[in-house]
Amino acid sequence: MNRREFLKRSMVVVAGMAVPAAALHLIDPKQLLAAKPDLRWAFLVDAYKCVGCGFCVKACKLENEVPYEANVSRTWVERYVVKKDGEVLIDSPKAARDGFTTKKIEVGEGKFREVKDEEIEKAFFVPKLCNQCENPPCVQVCPVGATYSTADGVVLVDRKWCIGCGYCIMGCPYGVRFFHPVHKTAEKCNFCYHRISKGMKSACVDACPFGARQIGNLRDPNDPVTKVIMTERVGILKEEYGTKPQVYYIGLSKEVR
Amino acid sequence: MKSHVWRPLFVALGLVILILVARAFVVPADFGIGERGYMYGWHRKGNEEEWKKVSVKYKTKAYCKECHGKKVESIGRSPHGVLQCENCHGPALDHPKDPPTLTIDRSRKLCIRCHAKLVTPSSGRSKIRGIDPETHNPEAECSLCHDPHHPNLEELKRHE
Repeated sequence: MNRREFLKRSMVVVAGMAVPAAALHLIDPKQLLAAKPDLRWAFLVDAYKCVGCGFCVKACKLENEVPYEANVSRTWVERYVVKKDGEVLIDSPKAARDGFTTKKIEVGEGKFREVKDEEIEKAFFVPKLCNQCENPPCVQVCPVGATYSTADGVVLVDRKWCIGCGYCIMGCPYGVRFFHPVHKTAEKCNFCYHRISKGMKSACVDACPFGARQIGNLRDPNDPVTKVIMTERVGILKEEYGTKPQVYYIGLSKEVR
Repeated sequence: MKSHVWRPLFVALGLVILILVARAFVVPADFGIGERGYMYGWHRKGNEEEWKKVSVKYKTKAYCKECHGKKVESIGRSPHGVLQCENCHGPALDHPKDPPTLTIDRSRKLCIRCHAKLVTPSSGRSKIRGIDPETHNPEAECSLCHDPHHPNLEELKRHE
């Protein structure tokens, strides 16, 4: 090897070493797509519009075959009555399956309290459902991989895989999970996965006569729901837990937990 | 080394191999890390399809329209046009094949879901015309006087 050849080769080696390892990394398109999929379901609740009719709860229970008489539900509506003296009364009789038809407020099973009209400062309804968190604590605690988050952001439960240990039910800060009395597995709202994957809306959204419930795709900038979430004043529940819930609320109040 | 060391070691190794072989049979092939990574995506892929296969029971107004177009259209003009047919008529399921007739909920309990007067300022409920169910003809079915499809009484007279 003469000097010229030596210099030539060493320059090639130096140039080669300067290329970072990342440049040689083959990019997997699947991985890229998963990092930013074109579909991410999100829910928008307008608490001003909710009248507490409970048609959403009825539709949900029938659509998803949750035993109608059992006191469990994938979604429910809470009534908040804030009195002038500052006391807050919250009830959701039978998950509001039959709506709110009386002024009496349920305070414990079979126990009711009457609040005089003039004592009420504010009263409103708040629908609740699974928040399909970006960081779902219920998924982290599952010891068998029975509950998981899909690419489009919905948390599902594998009924064949669930051993019914109940960790996820305890782990959910929003209390949306319960034990299914028939399947004996963990159960939760899944945004009616069978409907949204067919291009329909979830049963509760369709059942709501007032547009208090809406579902949309966060990755679509033209989606009316996404537009509201991005440009208007919306709140989420229990932000301090860091779960990044994907159910957004219009008209939240500090009393809402 | 002596056999008292080797023997339990072989047993342990044998157990590990046995468990690995059993795992290959018991764990389904599609079980693994999904799109959301190890922390949130560890699951059986086939389960996603199982959930998608759940039958749709509430078919929405668009489905009712296929046969009852005129009815849906005329009710759509009334204040109750915001309601889904299925809210009162029950889920369509595979109607008209199964069930041939739907069970209609005509009960007072259904109407007062919205029309029981409550004090709920700052909620849409306060804008709905309401009655006190305990004093407003408590024994009568609402449909005795009100047509659920054209609920307001003045309008009803016009229809006659």
